[in-house]
Amino acid sequence: MIDASPRMLYERYDVVVAGAGPAGLGAAVAARQAGAERVLVVDREAEAGGILQQCIHAGFGLHHFGVELTGPEYAQRVLTEALDGGVDVLTDAFVLDIAHDRRVRLLTGEHGVATVASGATVLAMGARERTRGAVRIPGERPAGVLTAGLAQRLVNLHGLLPGRRVAILGSGDIGLIMARRLTLEGVEVVGVFELQAHPNGLSRNIVHCLHDFDIPLHLSTTVVDVHGRERVTGVTVAPVDDDLRPQAHRAWEVPCDTMLVSIGLIPENELSRQLRLRLDPVTGGPVVTSTMETSRDGVFACGNVVHIHDLVDFVSEEAALAGGHAGRFATGWQPPHDNVRLQPATNVAYCVPHTVTTERDHTVYLRVRRPLERSVLRLSTPDGRVVHERKLRYVVPAEMVNLRLRASLLEGFHGDALLVEVLPR
Amino acid sequence: MAALHDVAIVGGGVVGCAIAHQLGRYRLRVVLLERHVEVGFGTSKANSGIIHGGHQASPATLKGRLEWEGNQQWGPLCDELGFGFRRVGGLTVALSDDDLPVLDHLEANAAAKGVPGVERWDRARLLAAEPNLSPDVVAAVRSATTAVVNPYEACFGLAESAAHQGVKVRTGSPVLAMATDGDAWTLTTPQGPVAARFVVNAAGVAAGRVAELAGLDRLVVHARKGEEYLLDKRLEGLVRHVVYPCPSATSKGTLVIPTYDGTIMIGPTADEVDDPDDLTTTASGAERVLAAARRLVPGISERDVIAEFAGVRAVLAGEDFLIGPTEAPGFLHAAGIQSPGLTAAPAIARLVADHLRDAGLLLEEGERPSPLPRPLRFATLTADEQEQAAAADPGHRRIVCRCELVTEGEVVEAIDRGARTLDGLKFRTRAGMGRCQGGFCTTRCMELLSRHAGLAPTEITKRGPGSWVVCEREAPT
Repeated sequence: MIDASPRMLYERYDVVVAGAGPAGLGAAVAARQAGAERVLVVDREAEAGGILQQCIHAGFGLHHFGVELTGPEYAQRVLTEALDGGVDVLTDAFVLDIAHDRRVRLLTGEHGVATVASGATVLAMGARERTRGAVRIPGERPAGVLTAGLAQRLVNLHGLLPGRRVAILGSGDIGLIMARRLTLEGVEVVGVFELQAHPNGLSRNIVHCLHDFDIPLHLSTTVVDVHGRERVTGVTVAPVDDDLRPQAHRAWEVPCDTMLVSIGLIPENELSRQLRLRLDPVTGGPVVTSTMETSRDGVFACGNVVHIHDLVDFVSEEAALAGGHAGRFATGWQPPHDNVRLQPATNVAYCVPHTVTTERDHTVYLRVRRPLERSVLRLSTPDGRVVHERKLRYVVPAEMVNLRLRASLLEGFHGDALLVEVLPR
Repeated sequence: MAALHDVAIVGGGVVGCAIAHQLGRYRLRVVLLERHVEVGFGTSKANSGIIHGGHQASPATLKGRLEWEGNQQWGPLCDELGFGFRRVGGLTVALSDDDLPVLDHLEANAAAKGVPGVERWDRARLLAAEPNLSPDVVAAVRSATTAVVNPYEACFGLAESAAHQGVKVRTGSPVLAMATDGDAWTLTTPQGPVAARFVVNAAGVAAGRVAELAGLDRLVVHARKGEEYLLDKRLEGLVRHVVYPCPSATSKGTLVIPTYDGTIMIGPTADEVDDPDDLTTTASGAERVLAAARRLVPGISERDVIAEFAGVRAVLAGEDFLIGPTEAPGFLHAAGIQSPGLTAAPAIARLVADHLRDAGLLLEEGERPSPLPRPLRFATLTADEQEQAAAADPGHRRIVCRCELVTEGEVVEAIDRGARTLDGLKFRTRAGMGRCQGGFCTTRCMELLSRHAGLAPTEITKRGPGSWVVCEREAPT
């Protein structure tokens, strides 16, 4: 991968982007296109590309580039766009903190501590994985319990295997991808155990990564004990009842030397917290307007730092929006304020953005709480007047719903809040 | 015939390390034998890290006396060895009028031992100082002397200082057999025999087994497990004091602890277990700890838990420490060191030295070597200091652990100091101890262990033999 780090740093940039994954690079390109002259993207890793670097499987880019790419190929395309577009990409650089006046303090391998001022800042730090501690699995603490993403890094970037016989807790996409990847490496994957009654990953991954390789998926089942003093020797799994309580009398032992944990991602919001941004307790990311601006002026955010996306293609869309507005902000253009708050209601966990304006078209991303076979997405006023309805075929929490919200749909709407619901038809 | 040592200390927990450090002051040949791959990797690393105020245990007991003596010795010791120590103060909180006699009792302990700064706080003062406490609080005893340390940092600091003073620190050295000819003991270890005039049994939960090897019986050490739950660093400041409920007969109960490193820890449980190596955490333990912690601080959520672990206390019948000579000549116990063992450790070390002198060992002060340089902690530096550190050393320009802000330079220094395992790095530098629990830094730590300690990735372990981390791909057939 090409990696052209700037030899020197300016004292001030129009836009500084934290994170050189697809979100950060996409935002930087859009900021340049919107008129920002000096745009800097910083990343703590030695190479740009973010987590896509270790996602060597295909399936990326069908929406955004119209062609199926591997993760590194997708990353290379966005990096090339950024470098060709005149963006400075500084790797091996860690954002120590961002001051309220958007001065960014960096620790860089090349320059030591350096502080740069920014006209606008884009947060694109991505996400981290939930760990065993987050779900408090009882038992011993041997080697061999690791997140699916760390296993992916070991296998794909370092050529090492995490173990020889693997159980996977959780049916998140990374775990599913790793079930297939490890099987291809000759590792025995003994099963995927999912607490919920429905899978937590994309349907296509269930089919292509589990079914095609005869890897059993145990729904409504979880790991209740981990065995092994030094190294994992096995796990105890048990079915759960409707209240997700394990049924100990139906538990069984699964001998294995490794347990991968794939129980979801959490937005990396240390910088957001430090900036005291308003956070959404459901997404774990900042509350954003329709320009992807956070609760602090001139601080924008996009990608998994805002909410967890299923597909990088939608990250790129969001990044273009955030970066474009950051670029305009830095050059002095202020968009009209949003005038409508989106309020997640029946069977809707969250909506991003959190507010919209009736003057422009928007894409609203949302996630449902429960699966529904035939459903309808309804926008209505708090007093019950239906503003818009759209039929949906099949919704599951694991797959994000995209709503194209055209300004024309809201013609004649004068309220300040819209309820967003997904109801059975 | 192996070279004859004056003293062999069996057990490199905080007690053994403190004894090694104390004996290192004298012109003696001392060896410390630890079965784990690192010192402090048994019960000590699971310790709550509290230096109790001195007023907790009854003055009628040995542990009660040593609690207060040890409390006073920790400050100077931390200054000398350069590890962290903070007098955060303690609050023992009464949640109903029924608890008030316990507070009276603590005040009486303080008066009897002469512990200063122990006073009664009423509800208003309590809630003004600690607004996140339960509104049900009635009153509390506040102790100014209560402090926090980082227990594994203390073990490493004591052991490294002891080694610097000439003590041989042998890790991965379980004692397999022992024999005496009346003048000297021979201890069999996997690395060969170790000879010593005196043996100090500081083996914690294994003290009964070590006593048996020495031909003694009747030292029954009960294992009482404590589970601890660590909360996300973002809750820093939730409480400023160590918050104790009113204690029961066998335990100080579930505490809310602002650790030295800025996280909040809740725990421990107190459950008798048959197996002294049982370090499992349990669903019931988690429930009990969370429920008890919420009674003190209702805002604590199970969603904030980032890690959990357990340690096993070594408990003797009668619940007191047992320190001193035994029927076996030259064989001394420092056994039954349960809470407040960390607090008492420096005082236990001095008491053991006194017993050795009484048994005929000449304790002659040696020359003090210059103190060891204090390891740099990038995360604790001010912005200016960080800039200087990065300018001076390229190793401090790269972050290895993003959650705890640990630099490559810190990790390399820990390897230079002897860390050879991922847990050894974690407990020395905090790399991997934060909210991502090593998700991002594990591969970097492995690369640095490979580069600086010459270990192949497949040779790297989490914490010693058997705890392998990765294996090779199968060769294509």
